[in-house]
Amino acid sequence: MARRADGTLSEMETTLVEREVLERILAAAMGRGAQFAEVFVEDRTTASAMLDQRRIEELASGRDRGAGIRVVVGDTTGFAHTADLSERGLLAAAGAAAAVAREGGGGVREVALGQLDAHRSTARLRPHEVDKARKIELLRVADDAARSESGSVTQVQVGIGDSTRRFVVANSDGVFASDEQIRTRFNVSCVASGDSGMQTGYRPLAATLGFEIVTAEAVAQAARDAARQAITKLDARPAPSGDLPVVLAGGSGGILFHEACGHGLEADAILKQASVYTGRVGEQVASPLVTLVDDGTVVGEWGHLAIDDEGRAGARNVLIENGVLTDYMWDYLRARKEGRSSSGNGRRQSYQHLPMVRMTNTYLLEGDSDADEIIAQTPRGVYVAQLGGGQVNTATGDFVFGMTAAFMIEDGRITYPLRDCNLIGNGPEVLQRVDAVASDFSMTPGTCGKDGQSVPVGTGQATMRLTGVTIGGAA
Amino acid sequence: MSELFERAQRILDAAIGNEQIEVYLSSGVDTEVQAYQGEIEQLSSASSSGVGIRILHESAGGAQVGTAWAGSLNDAAIADALREARDNVRFASEDEYLAFARPDGVEPGHLELSDPSVSTTPIEDKIAIAIELERMVRSGDPRIRQVDSASYSDYVAQAAVLSTTGIRAAYARSGAFASVEAIASDGGDDQTGWGLSAGRAPGELDLEVAAADAISRATRMLGAVKPGSMKTTAVFDPRNAATLLAIIGGALSGEAVVRGRSFFADRMGERVASELLTLLDDPTDPRHFAASVFDGEGLACRRNVMIEAGYLRGFVYDTVSARRAGTVSTGSAIRGGIAGSPSAGCRALQLVPGSLTQDEIIAAVGEGIFVESLMGIHSGVNPISGDFSVGVTGRMIRNGVLAEPVREVTVASTLQRMLLNLSHVGGDVEWLPGNAAAPTIAVGEIAMSGS
Repeated sequence: MARRADGTLSEMETTLVEREVLERILAAAMGRGAQFAEVFVEDRTTASAMLDQRRIEELASGRDRGAGIRVVVGDTTGFAHTADLSERGLLAAAGAAAAVAREGGGGVREVALGQLDAHRSTARLRPHEVDKARKIELLRVADDAARSESGSVTQVQVGIGDSTRRFVVANSDGVFASDEQIRTRFNVSCVASGDSGMQTGYRPLAATLGFEIVTAEAVAQAARDAARQAITKLDARPAPSGDLPVVLAGGSGGILFHEACGHGLEADAILKQASVYTGRVGEQVASPLVTLVDDGTVVGEWGHLAIDDEGRAGARNVLIENGVLTDYMWDYLRARKEGRSSSGNGRRQSYQHLPMVRMTNTYLLEGDSDADEIIAQTPRGVYVAQLGGGQVNTATGDFVFGMTAAFMIEDGRITYPLRDCNLIGNGPEVLQRVDAVASDFSMTPGTCGKDGQSVPVGTGQATMRLTGVTIGGAA
Repeated sequence: MSELFERAQRILDAAIGNEQIEVYLSSGVDTEVQAYQGEIEQLSSASSSGVGIRILHESAGGAQVGTAWAGSLNDAAIADALREARDNVRFASEDEYLAFARPDGVEPGHLELSDPSVSTTPIEDKIAIAIELERMVRSGDPRIRQVDSASYSDYVAQAAVLSTTGIRAAYARSGAFASVEAIASDGGDDQTGWGLSAGRAPGELDLEVAAADAISRATRMLGAVKPGSMKTTAVFDPRNAATLLAIIGGALSGEAVVRGRSFFADRMGERVASELLTLLDDPTDPRHFAASVFDGEGLACRRNVMIEAGYLRGFVYDTVSARRAGTVSTGSAIRGGIAGSPSAGCRALQLVPGSLTQDEIIAAVGEGIFVESLMGIHSGVNPISGDFSVGVTGRMIRNGVLAEPVREVTVASTLQRMLLNLSHVGGDVEWLPGNAAAPTIAVGEIAMSGS
């Protein structure tokens, strides 16, 4: 790619398609009487490598380029996408998307784009600057580190991957913005075997940054942690069943808020009255210890974005403040219906998908309790060191989340490890049961799925306690 | 179809030296309509295509493979992918078991899996299906207060696998789906229900069934309570029994076995399940929605017996996992799409049905929980250790009949124990989309966790 002398990209290089072409496509898309049209052009390069059973199994490289065009007529959205970025290909897609405007009329409309709002990744070590041999070496470092923990580690799988996503979004309101998002991930999964069967351990490292996050030290540490998690679980006993106090370790416990209320605060569910939080702004929906924020601006976190996939600047939005519901999350379409502005939460998996309301980095602000004290003051309960995924029914508020590393708390002390199981609860009820929040805040990367689309998100919180949650164990 | 062959052949012709090339090409058209309040909420239609290329080098120490893919079939994208795949080969470990599939003499079956009416049905008719489905659910019961999604979607897809090792396979398939999600309310309580009808063409869809299912599932959950914790028997309806089978299927993958990630490893020939359980993976059965002529490596799909009357009889293999296990492919390579390599997996599982009706099973069980939806499959089931814990909604079974609806409850056991504790198998197989089809089943000794 040609660079200017100062290292910056020219507008054409940044936008993938020339400004004048975008303007003509938008004019054509609006021509049949639409109220809004948008072109989203994306170019994504990905690379991954995997080690399994001590072998470098495969390096894979991928490239996806194309454009998605949407046209809004009244309450109807038409959408089409194409991998053909020529003006002819884009015009054909615009015609297909505009087919929903069946009344016709309107005629040709001028669209003038504003000044380009261009953003660029702050990654220090860009994927193309890293030797494939270096990636392989890191996989081996992790493999060796995991296996050196114990002879009971029988399987180690290590993956490394990166994606560089450049996109431009232009719409009939004149928005013209581009971004470059570089994400790097590393993950290690271990299986330990013993008399009780097999157990698993898992650790991810992931950031919206470059390869500077994947140092040999960080990789080895993650591998040792994953191995130890699997080894520890070999002695695990079945988890209890029934209601018990639960202490969630800082970091992955944030998934609780993502499921218990995050999805229910997305404006698409709200506007369809398909969320238990509909019409509850201003009400006390959670314990006063709960201040929940969705924040796309946290540089480097897995859900970080300079602009969302509709060209809106990422923002820090307070959703719940001291237990009181303050606002929902919004994308362009849902905000337009309510006569307000988007909160920077319009995201899509790729150019082949329509944007919708999505979380970015969702976290609970830390409190002032001490993490060790919280455990010491729990006579009997469950300490969850790592949570896996979860799922929610926004209309009923019922949700589950899985614990992948957990321990029994007895007499204020952590005693024995527990086998994997789900916890189940109801969002509005569980939010009231937060009775302690510590100050050891940290975040965890994750992938959020909704209506068939996956996007990277971050979740975070400090060590905290819930007075009671149903543990789905077998004991 | 011949156009895909020609394009693939051109890529194979670019082979340099003694390298082997495998090309996977796919193209398709997808349409989706969502209706809301009697209007079109979203309408999208798009064609897409892509290529996945694998390059293999053989040497004395074994073979190495590199892959690359592109979401486009234009010449520049294909040339880039070839170059990247070649570059990637150099970094892979040499592996004596690595190889591309070679023709194995098994004749492909004759299955008609693509219906031209998906392409010829006017868009207006497809829109009408989504709007009518929404109307039927809204007007079907006064307690339905919202239909938050009602959609019609379809696809036609073609794919071809060609390789320099002699593979030459192409297939086409189509699908049409009507799905709806309803919210029922009785004033205080809200509950949701989901209904689906699926076929290979829009004409096969039964909107009455999809609408009635969504309405019934939502309304019968109204007033659901959280039950107490107990050890009991769980009866899974066909939809949820199929989900359980799909999880079991993961542990029957020869790939999981040779990688030491299956609790079935080293158990071949042993009793692993109740004698009531006979499990097949049979993509040649046209009733199965996932039926297929070829596998992901271009070998003919075939009928494989996995578990027979409770005894473990087989695993499914692709070429590489079979070589590692010292056997041959069972025609069970699965491809997730154009990215990455195929891997061994079950494609069309079916639990051989018994003869009981659902009511007879409920009567025989007497006391237990009837499971109508599962939640947290991905977070609560560990297919390696076998630990199983999922959130469910459903109804209690009391005195042999269905009683009050329940929610916010989990059922837990291990997959190993659940297989042995299978106590009843129904005759009511539902052929739904997905890689497994099952009848109603009952599983004893389940830990139910509630208040």
